Amino acid sequence: MAEKVLMKGNEALAEAAIQCGCKHYFGYPITPQTEVAAYMSKRLPKEGGVFLQAESEIAAVNMVLGATSAGVRAMTSSSSPGISLKSEDVSYIGGSDLPALIINVQRGGPGLGGIQPSQSDYWQATKALGHGDFQLFVLAPSTIQEMVDFVSLAYEVGEKYRVPAMILSDGMLGQMMEPVEFPQKKDEPVADKPWATNGHKNQRKKNIINSLYIQPEELEDLIKERYQRYEKIKEEEQRAEEFMTEDADVVVVAFGASSRVSRSAVMQARAEGIKAGLIRPITLWPFPDKTIEKNVDHTKQFLCVEMNMGQMVDDVRLVVSGRKPVSFFGRTGGVIPTPAEVLAEIKKLAGKEN
Amino acid sequence: MAVVFEKPKALSDVPFHYCPGCTHGIVHRLVAEVLDELGVEGNTVGVASVGCSVFAYNYFNCDMVQAAHGRAPAVATGLKRALPDNVIFTYQGDGDLAAIGMAETVHAATRGENITVIFINNAIYGMTGGQMAPTSLPGQVTQTSPYGRDVKVAGYPIRVCELLSTLSGTALAQRVTVDSVAHVREAKKAIKKGFENQINKRGYSIIEVVSTCPTNWGLSPKEAVQWLRDNMLPYYPLGVYKDVTAEGGEN
Repeated sequence: MAEKVLMKGNEALAEAAIQCGCKHYFGYPITPQTEVAAYMSKRLPKEGGVFLQAESEIAAVNMVLGATSAGVRAMTSSSSPGISLKSEDVSYIGGSDLPALIINVQRGGPGLGGIQPSQSDYWQATKALGHGDFQLFVLAPSTIQEMVDFVSLAYEVGEKYRVPAMILSDGMLGQMMEPVEFPQKKDEPVADKPWATNGHKNQRKKNIINSLYIQPEELEDLIKERYQRYEKIKEEEQRAEEFMTEDADVVVVAFGASSRVSRSAVMQARAEGIKAGLIRPITLWPFPDKTIEKNVDHTKQFLCVEMNMGQMVDDVRLVVSGRKPVSFFGRTGGVIPTPAEVLAEIKKLAGKEN
Repeated sequence: MAVVFEKPKALSDVPFHYCPGCTHGIVHRLVAEVLDELGVEGNTVGVASVGCSVFAYNYFNCDMVQAAHGRAPAVATGLKRALPDNVIFTYQGDGDLAAIGMAETVHAATRGENITVIFINNAIYGMTGGQMAPTSLPGQVTQTSPYGRDVKVAGYPIRVCELLSTLSGTALAQRVTVDSVAHVREAKKAIKKGFENQINKRGYSIIEVVSTCPTNWGLSPKEAVQWLRDNMLPYYPLGVYKDVTAEGGEN
């Protein structure tokens, strides 16, 4: 067993990336993710890596595109407004079938919004981070340990399917401290990347990293092939945690920071004799519809708790398809819901308001 | 029989899509000849940009990455930082380099990013059908300056080499053209120097090639060359704006 260390979420994530072999970090300052860049700037030069503060979020993600094309593990991190800027080139990364790791430590929006924790980029991360038909593999940590563990998962899945991956964190997880354990370093061979543009050495045909296809039929074929990979990801990479759902009458669905609050509320509800449970989506794309589906028959209703005006609730409703009521409770703008507020919602739904 | 001229090995054997009288073909050949002469094709990664040269990845035989509009210097930076011993070049037009990608250009240069940039300045957006570029001349008629570029409204064209020559990270900023045999030879020498600078880790090198766009200028190939001489070269004088090797210093 490795030793546990007390670390801030942003720094733990950065250390995990270095331990996963990410030696190329490109970023731009923005609150509340700045510790990722600061940590990388301190550590990477000593690891023989590259820390580069780019002139813009757009340049940073393009540097990631370049480094990833070369076949190395690279990463960029930002927070909501910065992620919007990066969206152009995340689309190019998706359209070029490149793996890459993008971290979003979410803050309130829209516009400059605020700097407090938020989950209001759920739609952006899972539906439309950039133009065109493409998806990101999106992971939502809820503990600092998961901020660590999901980095290797994001790289592995991203490289296996050649898709960009995002860790959708938030200002709370980024800033808080918890004891974490870093997994023992694995001496696995670096994943084979025969597609990398690292110089053909006159020993193979040239490689081209490209997202331009002028013939519509050719572009359609490529997108369809990519969607076959997405189907496989949906089949094999869905992840969710269930907590006391077996006999639950009210199943709360919450991810990331709001799932921590919801878990406390569920435990309090149980203490008060209400059969509540929690589904915590870990992968936001692919959305864990199998876990939701499993609970549709036996539960009476679902309650989505999010730090936004109701985004993931759409995906829950898609799975439930009107078979059971799905309600929503959220706080937004950087406000974190309290366990008492969530408990009150659970009680209201369970018909036990008093 | 002695071979006096042949297609460079670093250039693919596919027909160019470029218009008659466009100078992209000449510049592609010069870049490929330099890659051949330096023996670096197998060690090179080129970055194509957005514009008429977007398909450059089909023409060069080295590994190629196609970048978003204006972002080639940032993509090249990522490649170079991951592959410091490889040769990395970008091939960009004036809209790409001097409008949408000016931030990436200036910062790659000021970082002394050890890359080689081939900059095609033909004073117009070619690919999209002839709109005003950051380098379109005062009074120049384009699709989006139908009454001629009015500097009171659209401002003045940018002289890129002059601008970048002020930055400490720039190793070479040289403007050439390919309107005559003598100028083609000079252009090749400059391009070669740009690649040699990179091999010798001297920093950012940019070779601006004042080029033609007969189609969007509405001229015949021959007229276009004359228009370049009469109008482009007075505003964009040929020459070396910065050369650290000539200054005797290394960057």
